[in-house]
Amino acid sequence: MGNFGLKIDKFIEVLIDRRGYVKVFEGLENTLIIAVLGLVIGIVIGTLIATVRVVPKYRLLPRVLNGFCSLYVGFFRGTPMVVQLLLFYYVMLPMMGMNMPGLHVSIAVFGLNSGAYISEIMRAGIQSVDDGQMEAGRAVGLPFSTTMLKIVIPQAVKNILPTMGNEFIALIKETSVVSFVGAANLYTAFNMIGTNSYEFMVPYLVMAILYIVIIMLISFGIKVMERGLQKSDRRH
Amino acid sequence: MIDVIDLKKSFGRLEVLRGINITINRGDIVCVIGPSGSGKSTFLRCLNCMEDPTGGQIIFNGTDIADMSVDINIHRRKMGMVFQQFNLFNNKTVLQNIMLSPVYVGTTDLRRARTHNFFLPLTNLFRSKAKKQEKIAITTSKKQITEQAREQAISLLKRIGLEDKANVYPATLSGGQKQRVAIARALAMNPEVILFDEPTSALDPEMVGEVLELMKQLADEGMTMVIVTHEMGFAREVGTRLCFMDEGVIMEENTPAEFFSNPQCPRAVEFLSKVL
Repeated sequence: MGNFGLKIDKFIEVLIDRRGYVKVFEGLENTLIIAVLGLVIGIVIGTLIATVRVVPKYRLLPRVLNGFCSLYVGFFRGTPMVVQLLLFYYVMLPMMGMNMPGLHVSIAVFGLNSGAYISEIMRAGIQSVDDGQMEAGRAVGLPFSTTMLKIVIPQAVKNILPTMGNEFIALIKETSVVSFVGAANLYTAFNMIGTNSYEFMVPYLVMAILYIVIIMLISFGIKVMERGLQKSDRRH
Repeated sequence: MIDVIDLKKSFGRLEVLRGINITINRGDIVCVIGPSGSGKSTFLRCLNCMEDPTGGQIIFNGTDIADMSVDINIHRRKMGMVFQQFNLFNNKTVLQNIMLSPVYVGTTDLRRARTHNFFLPLTNLFRSKAKKQEKIAITTSKKQITEQAREQAISLLKRIGLEDKANVYPATLSGGQKQRVAIARALAMNPEVILFDEPTSALDPEMVGEVLELMKQLADEGMTMVIVTHEMGFAREVGTRLCFMDEGVIMEENTPAEFFSNPQCPRAVEFLSKVL
């Protein structure tokens, strides 16, 4: 540890003098893009799947859709994210004769993957809303979809916001695996600084701190949102 | 107005309704009473297909709404429903609760008319000369619909004496206030009949009066009502017809005065001896 100061100097040299910060910003940008877009796609897919799962199943179509959704969720929860990335990038794309940059592949896979998890979160959220809300909506003549969209889902979202925050945090952290398909992210940026300075202790330490800071900011944001959404519970 | 013909409902093997026949005419105030588990709530919930009947017919204004291929939403607009647990929309303010459905119906019809008009030149190409359709006249706008719904909601709130609560969330209301708002929400669609599912059973005793008072006002104005209730006094005073249900069938149907003074079937005698 005696030469810790030296290590910091080396790190700063690569980070600033040799313009390592460009890589860090690029990595940070990619990490956030993948996580945010992944979450947005995931929320859309997850809400659709959750809705399919709670629709009454008298008819054939909901049953078929339900079966398909079970398969989908089973696959994406049953395999690690890395395996999904590799399958998408090295198996599916070549088979379809397509080419896609690693970043786009990562966004797609993160969206599909988080869709599977969010569907289960959302389903729990929808089921946590009193059945009477749906009944009341139907009783005044609103169709199932409108009642779901305007009454049930807003209340479900309020209930599941903390869990959804967890999912977002997990996504941010999981972006470190997208280097498997050659997409830049926070990990690749600091790894590169380490390789250039032959010194890994400080870069990895700074990387960890940066992750913690990002996630603390997000947790704070979620808390603010929760407070905003709880205005209909307050008795003032 | 509503003809119920041999209505049956079973949950799995449990037969809850075993053939109900009744005709509800305009202006009738039908009170349904009976011991718990007799199927009275299920009967009421079958009337607007909240529970899909497993057999029989419900003819509402000439349409069999028990038929699954019928668009039930259109008919439900004309059948208000008031629940035991109020079921106000928790994420909407009182005013929004009342406005939601009228605004939805108005704007949906408007959008349909616009889409129809937009594609009319195209769709008319494929119609023979005699069958060509006309444009639907659009006389209103989304803003107007919302404004009308708001005015109506406010006048309804005035009527139930809660206009100062227009912009609060249901969580801040008392049980009695919630139920009055729920009745106003049902009235906002100008229904032809309102179904009440034990409207006062979840209320504190001191709040029962205000809800019954409002229901009585509606009755005096000639609203058709079907009321499942345990309030025998109310049934006797306000009801024009009374149905005693047990074991999934209507055991006795009579005028309230006649029923309470001189019940015919032995089950009704037994029931009345317990509750009166």
